[in-house]
Amino acid sequence: MSFTPDIHLFSCHYTSQQGCALEGKELKELGFPDNIRLHRLVCTGKLEVTTLLKAFEEGADGVYVVGCPVSGCHNAQGSARAAKRVEAVRQALSELDVEPDRARMFHLERGLHPEFVDVAREMNRDIEKMGPSPFHD
Amino acid sequence: MIVAERKPLAEIMEMVRDCSRILVLACRGCVTVCSAGGEREAEILASLIRLGLKKEGRTADVRVGSLVRQCDREYIEAIDQWQGQYDAIVSTACGVGVNFIANLRPDEHVYPALNTTFFGGSAEQGVWAEQCAGCGDCVLHLTGGLCPVARCAKSLMNGPCGGSVDGRCEIDPSVDCIWQMIYDRMGRLDRQEEMARTAPIRDWSAAGHGGPRKQVRADLTVNP
Repeated sequence: MSFTPDIHLFSCHYTSQQGCALEGKELKELGFPDNIRLHRLVCTGKLEVTTLLKAFEEGADGVYVVGCPVSGCHNAQGSARAAKRVEAVRQALSELDVEPDRARMFHLERGLHPEFVDVAREMNRDIEKMGPSPFHD
Repeated sequence: MIVAERKPLAEIMEMVRDCSRILVLACRGCVTVCSAGGEREAEILASLIRLGLKKEGRTADVRVGSLVRQCDREYIEAIDQWQGQYDAIVSTACGVGVNFIANLRPDEHVYPALNTTFFGGSAEQGVWAEQCAGCGDCVLHLTGGLCPVARCAKSLMNGPCGGSVDGRCEIDPSVDCIWQMIYDRMGRLDRQEEMARTAPIRDWSAAGHGGPRKQVRADLTVNP
């Protein structure tokens, strides 16, 4: 049974800046999946564990975070902190016997690069394979 | 501070399996400092409980509250603000907090969300280390301020034992031998001759082996 997953992307200002230009027109042209909802953060270091869990509570089938490269974060350690919070969510999902890969972290160069679209497609494909979130009502 | 860590989620979910209204109650004392049971951790736990229940096809009203401390009678009274809004309290305090709620709320269900582990301090960001065993008969004045009761795997009073190798403990080589540290420190302080004294046989009666301990300060009590 195919389904269109509800995926939330949390991305820092720097990695999503150009992607959001012209209301995301270029992103769409590059094939960024329509079903992925982009939430911009000033820095992924601002991300809280509860933000990701709330997305699941509100019906997300998967969540992922795109931040700066670990060694080149605009805010020094923001993306490294985000990665730890994503890992905390992955561990909690495992404890609930849910696929940890429903929450993932990616570190990408700033600006709009093909990889930004590639990881979106990868996430979309993987969540499609997993099926709907077991947290759905 | 008292250091603690969250229990496995499966254990907590089993505790609340029959509850439809749950109050996850944070403590703003020690467990906030060690990032185990403060408001942030309580919010995370509440979300995880809701998700765990949803996965089982159930729902519950899971709300979060917090108290200044859960180890004082005066603060426990503040639970009244959630009166009638919960079937059970899941406390993210240490075991003292859970006991206090149980003592003062005889008809209410209270469950522990944490495993209380030890008295410790922050060794580095995100790392806590045991420093005190609460043994009731402090010997730090004899050991240069370093505790052999809490920090020696054998709680020796006349170490190091024969298993100390290159300043490390034989039980866990990643742990410093506290008696080596005591010896080195006493030497630096020019107190090494004190190490030659034979430690007397220790009286462990103050360490809780006679049952729960109580401390009374007559000058602070209000009853004559």
